Amino acid sequence: MKGISMRGTDFISELEAAVDGALIGRHLDVVDPWLEIAADKLLETCRWLKDLCEIRFDGLQCITAIDWFEPDPKKAAKVEWEPHTEVIYHLWSTKARASLVLKVKLPRWQGNEEGKIPELSSVVSVWRGADWHEREVFDLSGVQFNGHPDLRRILCPEDWDGYPLRKDYEMPLEYHGMRGR
Amino acid sequence: MSQILDDDQRIIEFDVRTDEMLVNMGPQHPSTHGVLRLVLRTDGEIVSEMEPHIGYLHRCAEKIGENLTARQWIPYTDRMDYLAAMNMNLGWSLAVEKLLRYQVSEKAKHLRVLIVELNRIASHLVGMGAYGLDLGTFSPFLYAFREREKILDLFEEVCGARLTYSYITVGGMTADLPPGWLQRCEAFLDQFEPIIQEYHALLTTNAIFVKRTAKIGVLSPEMAIDYGCTGPVLRGSGVDIDLRRDGESIYTAMYDGYAFEVAVMKNGHYPRDHEYPAVPRDAILGDCWHRFFVRMLEVVQSMDLVRQSIDRYSQCKGALGEPLKLAEKLPAGDTYLETECPKGQMGFYLVTDGTSIPWRVRARSSSFSNLAVSPELCRGCLIADVPAIVGSLDVVMGEIDR
Repeated sequence: MKGISMRGTDFISELEAAVDGALIGRHLDVVDPWLEIAADKLLETCRWLKDLCEIRFDGLQCITAIDWFEPDPKKAAKVEWEPHTEVIYHLWSTKARASLVLKVKLPRWQGNEEGKIPELSSVVSVWRGADWHEREVFDLSGVQFNGHPDLRRILCPEDWDGYPLRKDYEMPLEYHGMRGR
Repeated sequence: MSQILDDDQRIIEFDVRTDEMLVNMGPQHPSTHGVLRLVLRTDGEIVSEMEPHIGYLHRCAEKIGENLTARQWIPYTDRMDYLAAMNMNLGWSLAVEKLLRYQVSEKAKHLRVLIVELNRIASHLVGMGAYGLDLGTFSPFLYAFREREKILDLFEEVCGARLTYSYITVGGMTADLPPGWLQRCEAFLDQFEPIIQEYHALLTTNAIFVKRTAKIGVLSPEMAIDYGCTGPVLRGSGVDIDLRRDGESIYTAMYDGYAFEVAVMKNGHYPRDHEYPAVPRDAILGDCWHRFFVRMLEVVQSMDLVRQSIDRYSQCKGALGEPLKLAEKLPAGDTYLETECPKGQMGFYLVTDGTSIPWRVRARSSSFSNLAVSPELCRGCLIADVPAIVGSLDVVMGEIDR
């Protein structure tokens, strides 16, 4: 897969013109170039990328969420970033054999209210393959995808508590009488 | 209309509605390839809805990866697709090497091609044999395992393990080949090549097998792409994508100078430099038979690649090179790399914060996306066709649940 850099700025200015205010950051000189997209413009951007833009990113390969949070206060004082959740989309175009990386920044908790997971619009209406990927992100990292047809846990049991891939997750000591640890 | 009614038993079934019933298949059903649970909503023999439930084999591999160095995580990749562990090792190693901008030696590249293609044959043999089991025939399974056993013996000589190899590692391989191994490998290929015709006789052209797979579970190319299906499932629908040719340069560089044609099914066409049976008249593009046949084509293709890599490896003069340190420091950044594994495109996503332990690792499983399309394929099929459809996707639960 070739990166988007082969298209250069052409493609990016097209995106900027097509979806107003969607692009809020570009990082083109790293190993995998990526674009930062505003959370409220994600669905519109994805629609454009799949149906309207010239390259047509018709494949969604992967959705990942990263929890940027340092539980150790000593280390946390040294890190350069503010705690947040990042959702990453890896797209792929069958026609151009090209890939594209989109990143969306979300708060760790909606409105800084502990326990209320952040919300993002679902892209299932764009790529049907997003269904299971979004369920996995919801299950393990705790992101609410608005507009998902059937958002429930996929890998963990349905009555599981918490979001295991968050950095401050603590393993339960007991589950239905089974001892952990 | 009456003509269609006479021809298609299923439409008659639809006419006579019976009580709706929920049928549980699995998680211990033998034809579910591990611990997969399928909940079928049935109306008589017709499946109106099918829903897979996964997660029975979830072992938190991604969480574990946040506590180990990149090389220490290699054994966990073994346990994802345990039928093609070499391919998993390679995918992760290449992703880390891509982040480090590290190039392995020419000799290591050829050895990697040799090993992963041999593993691809082993994986497709299991896929083929187990598919026979799904459809109720036991003997192809034994024929397939007889040959796979010989590949496992070769791998055992190389790294001591038969299933979870951890042989390919970040920066190279854990060891070079033992003396005389290449000759034994060639001897295996010579003995294996004529046997492929046996498999064609047992399954590919078998009238019952064709009846059970042709025109069953037809997957259109558009739907395959929409669901992120990859590998033989995608190529069985006629989409010409193989990352060994179309992938990122760090991966395709391994296959530079190798002669191979992508095994893709187009109506009636496939690579013709070997003797293959003709496509049955009933089979249509994207059905179970085509997905199965793509794997059979890939077995031959991989055999060619193994032969080429044996030549090129033995001509290589230089040293194989040492793998990187166990706790090699990783530069801050992130990278995503997909490789063409036997089951499809397996992606590894690696995020680092400048220490030797990754901040986040993510495995994008090919079987995960391939299985996600199964409810679409099973809608309106017969209960007996459900194992035929799920089997043709050739999923491995270890990779789906991670």
